[in-house]
Amino acid sequence: MLIDWFTVVAQAVNFLILVWLLKRFFYAPILNAIDAREMRIASELADASAQKDLAQRERAELRDKNQEFDHQRASLLGEATLSARAERQRLLDDVRKEAEGLRTRQMDSLRSDYKNLKGEIARRTRDEVFAIARKTLRDLASVNLEEQIVAVFIRQCRSLHEEKKKELQAVFKASAVSALVRSTFPLSAEQRQAIQLMSQEVFGSAGHFRFETSPDLISGIELSMDGHEVSWSIADYLLSLDKNVGSLLCGESSAEDQKESHPGEKRPEVQNDLRLESEPDGQSR
Amino acid sequence: MQLSPDDIIFWQGGFFKLNATIVFTWAVMLLLTVGSMLLARRLSTGMKRSRWQNLLEVVVTAIEKQIEEVGLTEPRKYLGFLGTLFLFVSMASLGTIIPGFKPPTSSLSTTVALAICVFVAVPLFGIEDQGVKGYCRSYMEPTVIMLPFNIIGEISRTLALAVRLFGNMMSGEMIVGILLTITPYLFPIVMTALGLLTGMVQAYIFSILATVYIAAAMGGTRSGNQPETKE
Repeated sequence: MLIDWFTVVAQAVNFLILVWLLKRFFYAPILNAIDAREMRIASELADASAQKDLAQRERAELRDKNQEFDHQRASLLGEATLSARAERQRLLDDVRKEAEGLRTRQMDSLRSDYKNLKGEIARRTRDEVFAIARKTLRDLASVNLEEQIVAVFIRQCRSLHEEKKKELQAVFKASAVSALVRSTFPLSAEQRQAIQLMSQEVFGSAGHFRFETSPDLISGIELSMDGHEVSWSIADYLLSLDKNVGSLLCGESSAEDQKESHPGEKRPEVQNDLRLESEPDGQSR
Repeated sequence: MQLSPDDIIFWQGGFFKLNATIVFTWAVMLLLTVGSMLLARRLSTGMKRSRWQNLLEVVVTAIEKQIEEVGLTEPRKYLGFLGTLFLFVSMASLGTIIPGFKPPTSSLSTTVALAICVFVAVPLFGIEDQGVKGYCRSYMEPTVIMLPFNIIGEISRTLALAVRLFGNMMSGEMIVGILLTITPYLFPIVMTALGLLTGMVQAYIFSILATVYIAAAMGGTRSGNQPETKE
């Protein structure tokens, strides 16, 4: 018989034992090793995925931050540029104002210096002119300057235009107040008398005269009556000299100016100057 | 000429006997167990592993995958039984290259024992999955009339399983033995190599049929999942 039932039972038992043995020593260790490796791989993949997600989040966050930084930088740069421009403009305005102030102060100072210098020059010139004229007249013709001024004044008054004379005669006759004679130097009795005589003769005045000494006249004589006056002084000489000196100070040293600056050549034009000042309405004084 | 290794008896005492089938079965069991213990002694759980471990993992995962492909969704539950079937039959076939080795599967007693194990395991797994009522009801599907036919089919397929394996293994042995007497030297070697291939195919067929039977008992139709086997 091909089937031995003892062998069948024994083989069945052997097979079941083999199943248990292989489960114990073969399948379980191998499957455990595979499971452990798969878990490890899954864990590593999960970690890698988590790290990838984290990296992507950080990347997105970093990109957002970079964009925000760029915007902030651009904004700050724009604000800084505007602020710098405003500050620059403000500083320029300040500097301009300061320079303007300095220039103004400098100009004021220069003007003040110029005025002081001009006054000083005028005063010294006057003194020098007086001294020179006085000395020259005394040395050459034994003539007093003041006497000569009075004589010139009287002569100029006599040589006035007839219309002017009549106008002044009308003023002198109509006025009831005394005429005022102002001079730079004190007039002697003879000089006063000579002026009174000339006034009576030329303008027909018979009233009283008041004589005053005024340093403001700059070496001259002034006869005034009711707003009208007749005067002579060396102020015009000094004015011409002042003009020339001013041109020199301002750097205008043209040949024409230099020529005008010589008082010897100017003198004949102004020497005979007798000023008649009138009211704004055209009336003679 | 001996048709079965059952006839080679080393010791006998009454009902008990120690024949070549049992002895060579123990040899195969010893080889598989000791080899498993030696190879699975230092298993690596990391990415680097030895060649032998790689081979064992390939074998185990291949069996697991085959079971899963047949339709069993929890292959590890059946891996011990089905995998051992495959490994035992294939190791018995591979042993034919050793001169003097008689494969235990060339004994009808062994194949009957294995078929009986399958015959018992199928309802056990089925009952475990569906319960006693559910499994018994599956014999009466689609109608109660089919109950005797299903029972006959159950027995006949177990018998076919045993006789198929026995016939293939025994015939290989017989052919080699006959050819050795006619044309020694080269031709028996070729036939032995062919027998190896036949043995591996039979191991695969035996285990895959057992898998299909178990899968059919897992709530599927009783005969719908049975593949046609041709030898």
